Amino acid sequence: MNRYPNWKYILIAAVILIGLLYTIPNLYGESPAVQVSPAKSSLKVDSTLLNKVEAALKLADVKFNGIYLDASGVKVRFANPEEQLKAKDKLIASLGKDYTVALNLLSQTPNWLLAIGAKPMYLGLDLRGGVHFLLQVDMKAALDKAAESSVGDFRTTLRREKINYFGILRDGQKVEVKFESEAELEKARSLLSNDYPDLTYSNSGSGKEFTLTAVSGLAAQKRIQEFALKQNLQTLHNRINELGVAEPIVQQQGADRIVVQLPGVQDTAKAKEILGRTATLEIRMVDEEKTDLATLEKAAKGQVPFGDELYKDRGGRPILVKKNVVLTGDRITDAGPGVNQQTGGSIVNITLDGRGAGIFKNVTRDNVGKRMAILLIEKGSTEIITAPVINEEIGGGRVQISGMDNPQEATDVALLLRAGALAAPMEIIEERTVGPSMGEENIKRGVHSTLWGFAAIAAMMIIYYMIFGGVSVLALGVNLLLLVAILSMLQATLTLPGLAAIALALGMAIDANVLINERIREEMRNGNTPQASIHAGYDRAFDTILDSNVTTLIAGMALFMFGTGPIKGFAVVHVLGILTSMFSAILVSRAIVNLIYGYRRKLTSLQIGQIYKAAE
Amino acid sequence: MELFRIKKDIPFMSYSRLTTSISLITFILAVFFLATRGLSYGVDFTGGTVMEVNYPHTADIDSIRKAVDSVGLKDATVQNFGTSHDVLIRLPIKKDLTIAQLSEEVTGALKNADSQAEVRRVESVGSQVGEELYASGGLALLLVCVGIMIYLAIRFEWRFAVAAIIANMHDVVIILGFFAYFQWEFNLTVLAAILAVLGYSVNESVVVFDRVRENFRKMRKAGVVQVIDNAITRTMSRTVITHLMTQTMVGSMLLFGGEVLHNFALALTIGILFGIYSSVLVACPIAMWLGVSRANLIGDVDKKDKSQEEVVA
Repeated sequence: MNRYPNWKYILIAAVILIGLLYTIPNLYGESPAVQVSPAKSSLKVDSTLLNKVEAALKLADVKFNGIYLDASGVKVRFANPEEQLKAKDKLIASLGKDYTVALNLLSQTPNWLLAIGAKPMYLGLDLRGGVHFLLQVDMKAALDKAAESSVGDFRTTLRREKINYFGILRDGQKVEVKFESEAELEKARSLLSNDYPDLTYSNSGSGKEFTLTAVSGLAAQKRIQEFALKQNLQTLHNRINELGVAEPIVQQQGADRIVVQLPGVQDTAKAKEILGRTATLEIRMVDEEKTDLATLEKAAKGQVPFGDELYKDRGGRPILVKKNVVLTGDRITDAGPGVNQQTGGSIVNITLDGRGAGIFKNVTRDNVGKRMAILLIEKGSTEIITAPVINEEIGGGRVQISGMDNPQEATDVALLLRAGALAAPMEIIEERTVGPSMGEENIKRGVHSTLWGFAAIAAMMIIYYMIFGGVSVLALGVNLLLLVAILSMLQATLTLPGLAAIALALGMAIDANVLINERIREEMRNGNTPQASIHAGYDRAFDTILDSNVTTLIAGMALFMFGTGPIKGFAVVHVLGILTSMFSAILVSRAIVNLIYGYRRKLTSLQIGQIYKAAE
Repeated sequence: MELFRIKKDIPFMSYSRLTTSISLITFILAVFFLATRGLSYGVDFTGGTVMEVNYPHTADIDSIRKAVDSVGLKDATVQNFGTSHDVLIRLPIKKDLTIAQLSEEVTGALKNADSQAEVRRVESVGSQVGEELYASGGLALLLVCVGIMIYLAIRFEWRFAVAAIIANMHDVVIILGFFAYFQWEFNLTVLAAILAVLGYSVNESVVVFDRVRENFRKMRKAGVVQVIDNAITRTMSRTVITHLMTQTMVGSMLLFGGEVLHNFALALTIGILFGIYSSVLVACPIAMWLGVSRANLIGDVDKKDKSQEEVVA
């Protein structure tokens, strides 16, 4: 009665073998590595890149231990950090700025294991060190910005169609256009509602002032917000790529939040600065007709001429520029630092997209001899970087911006322009930083807790339940093996609370074996034969084990649903631990007991520790 | 080895008034401390910043305090933890400063005061996030209770469900009471521990209730009290051994787990100790007083009996 059919033994052995295969990668250490990934989404990660990297390394005579391709890019392993650093420099030199080259640590897992997808567990930031940010996107600002751009659109449209209006302004997220007559208003309304159907229009006013108010509808607002979030995500991706961080995470969380995780990044100040910068570039015309001193003085006192705005250039000189924006940074496809051949000053070279190039060509053609201002808008303050005179028509979409203070500034501005602008400002509302030494210490703490606890439990179980205790410990070992294997397979993020959950799962899983062993003792006490006792013990304990695990499972699920970050990690391990413990405590331990006792014909006693029978 | 050599069933139910009274007093004390002292919430719930700073030499608390004061943070607490080289700084939320700027400024001030200062861990949580974590924590607790009650009501009977949840909720309140009395920091990991303990303690009641149900079938002539006494006595060995094992693991966490896991392990320890007591000596009397009887469980008796006979034969 205590024999499993052969297929059951084979199945259990197979599961344990697979568990072993997927656990092994965790035992290998890590080696220094370099990760090459494309800086632009247009570049593909494929074997061409792999060959390119390999060729570059061979050419530079850098020795590497392994090179392979995955979804994010090409990874190369090295024997020591010196080779790693050498390789990084060589690769940056040969690949150029189309690719980012980041230092990384890679597991030394042999290739045959990687080939079957066996990787070590994915460690959370509290275990490997790094920064975690939760950013809140300012959606009100996104809506304001959208309304502001409507103002510009309206102005252009009304001018083009020669409809007379005497005022256009933004009030919060409303755009108000003022007309002298109702007829003009109606004409404008039908025109605008045709061109911009997303907005809801309403009329008001009488006598000499009629106002047309446009507000974006709910659907449009939602679209603006979704777009803002998407744009910010993309921009963050680009900027982080530029930072050269291995395996960064940039994810949406909820409707208006973004999680950024940068493993291994220690310089949080730099990271925050790059993430938080909201630089945008605008090209506008200088209002040449009003640059006389008197007007400028008046403007400095607050009397800015209509349709103009007053900004200062780098030297602190005030310049009046038109409100109308010729071009925005969105039209930039590439930007890089450079040096002006004639003056030797630092410049930024910009390439515009097709439409941008067209607009730029027209504007420069029509305004030869006038000045064009290039504005950098950052953290709410606007600065005119440079306002050069247009000497000739500029076609082809290649623009040079001079006026940079030094090469570093040129590099920074180029980075910001290339990576794109944030559609809406963001604020960091949660920050967690863990130093690398702390991460290592946390791993040590978690692993020591688990191993010493396991050892103590093993000793006690064997002393108390003898052979059956030994079987329970083996089953518990299989439980640990399977849990680690599943976590490695799923690549679920392992955090310190997750490590604690592994320990706790083991401490709780032993309950099933205690239940079974006690039950077998009891059956023996009641005078049953050893074989019948084993059978009845496992059978009767099963219901109880199932019931008690379901309640634990409910708690785990709730934690998973409502937990965030590290707590979610705890919940995942907790739930998985319950499932693996069901398998190991019931099936595995039974299989071992069956193998030990099930094939003995004359079994008179069990080594399950003392069985006390009350005197009758 | 066998620790429990029990000749006769121990008449647990005749002590039920005593055991439940002890529980009630502990419970009232816990509620009292919760009401008067309140929980010392960590930054996870209140918002604010915690920084862990390490020095290669003994940390000079006074100069660190001065450095933090220089940034204009009067409500900051600075204290040693673990070793004399490690310092924990707690900063409340400041209105005119974002949390990102705050940690940056304090780090700067600390480095200025002592260039060897190494900031090893920073946790900053905005007030809004704190409130959300607080709300979702409460919701998780509620969901666990409701989920467990529904499961027990289906699997056993509503009387068992009510008894188990009262017994175990009182565990939760007692853990909270301890945290309030000693003013230990209550953070997200402690909440996780409490929810884990809740699931785990209910196990305890389930094991005993399972035995009660089985006894109702087997001991056809016995009264309710006798059935429950027998069930508790029979499962006592398992109860003690299991908890000993789990506590061993938790003890290992207390020893090796360091600062981050310390309160987590503490909450588990209290939960496990009180869990044994309440899930047996509180849950059973309540189920008894609620009127658990053979008739309540008669529905599935016939079906189960047959399968059991096959097993024994």
